[in-house]
Amino acid sequence: MTKPLTTNLTKPPSPPPYRSLKLRTPHGPLVRVRDPEAVELTGPVFGVTDVTPLDGDLTRQHTGDPIGERITVTGRVRDRQGRPVRGQLVELWQTNAAGRYAHRRDQHPAPLDPNFTGCGRCLTDDDGTYAFTTIRPGAYAWRNHDNAWRPAHLHFSFFGTAFTQRLVTQMYFPGDPLLALDPVLHSVTDEVARARLVAAYDHDLSVPEWSLGYRWDVVLDGPSATLFEDGEAR
Amino acid sequence: MTTPHAPTPSQTIGPFYGHALPAAGGPDIAPLAHPDRITLHGYVYDGAGDPVHDALLEIWQPAPDGSRTGAPGSLRRDPVTGRPAGRDGVTFTGFGRVPTDADGHWAIHTLPPGGAPYLSIALFARGLLNQLYTRAYVRDDPDDALLTTLDPGRRATLLAQAGPHRAYRFDIRLQGEGETVFLEFG
Ligand SMILES: [Fe+2]
Repeated sequence: MTKPLTTNLTKPPSPPPYRSLKLRTPHGPLVRVRDPEAVELTGPVFGVTDVTPLDGDLTRQHTGDPIGERITVTGRVRDRQGRPVRGQLVELWQTNAAGRYAHRRDQHPAPLDPNFTGCGRCLTDDDGTYAFTTIRPGAYAWRNHDNAWRPAHLHFSFFGTAFTQRLVTQMYFPGDPLLALDPVLHSVTDEVARARLVAAYDHDLSVPEWSLGYRWDVVLDGPSATLFEDGEAR
Repeated sequence: MTTPHAPTPSQTIGPFYGHALPAAGGPDIAPLAHPDRITLHGYVYDGAGDPVHDALLEIWQPAPDGSRTGAPGSLRRDPVTGRPAGRDGVTFTGFGRVPTDADGHWAIHTLPPGGAPYLSIALFARGLLNQLYTRAYVRDDPDDALLTTLDPGRRATLLAQAGPHRAYRFDIRLQGEGETVFLEFG
């Protein structure tokens, strides 16, 4: 894509593009499926055997405490009609406080933390609520372009009631100056939609002398409310 | 009619999901000793024809009897250590998860889907903003609602090729020549 040579002074410049898109984005149009019998309108289920009660606390997976600022992140998972997504799996992964993933291919020269692996999971409750205790992740450098840094973020994975509602995304922290410079966040081109990926600091969720609280609600895109209405209520 | 809530946008899965998402037993959907067990496997290639070594595939399918309810237990955890515990070897959950290997290859072991000729696949990778949906058809069906809408060349990208030992080969080409048909719903 060519960039216009003129500079729009009323708007900050967009970050450079996300480079990995180039060879991986399909050229062909997506083929629309309008079959009310499609298997994708149902989806997998999970239960108590897939999650242990401690999996939602990323600070208690090792013998010692991880380094960093302890946070809790919670919110509700709902569908586009506002109905809670109940009993479904939520998965989380992230860097440690220094911005390093416990992954062998992560070569960012920040220290590993022997007390932090940075992954967890939980099931939503009857209200669609999920909750995690973890530490605030760090920003990290990557090679997308010269002097490229990712803002601190949590990677999240959500299941809905249909396979089409599957959502993998990233949550960001309010007030981070790197948000304006991040090609990944800006791959969502609509500013209002981008804002939905930024959590809110919620002082009522902060636990005195223990942790800072963030709230982040999630709405799973369905296929096709129409497909559901034509079919059956879920 | 309620106002639909605005959906949360998708973001790339990135390269570092490895400790969180794949789990022992994830690819082994079929009960261990089931005589009807099949293998579905293939490579994922990018637009330059290079294997994609950091993709994650999720499979969702009906049980052989056609039921689409699924069952828990695809990603069991050991309550003592918290580590992935593998499946119980008995339950058919309908769901599988497998990352590609360093050479771009993946494989799952499952049972033939009942009531539909295909397994549904969601593919996630660094460089993809949204997951890509496709289907691996293990039976050709001249009346299938999707296949009948596609021209022969595009249609062929959805047909898994039966090989020896009940193994079906299904390669996924993300971009360019022979590009796999990817789907949207609604
Ligand atoms: Fe990341």
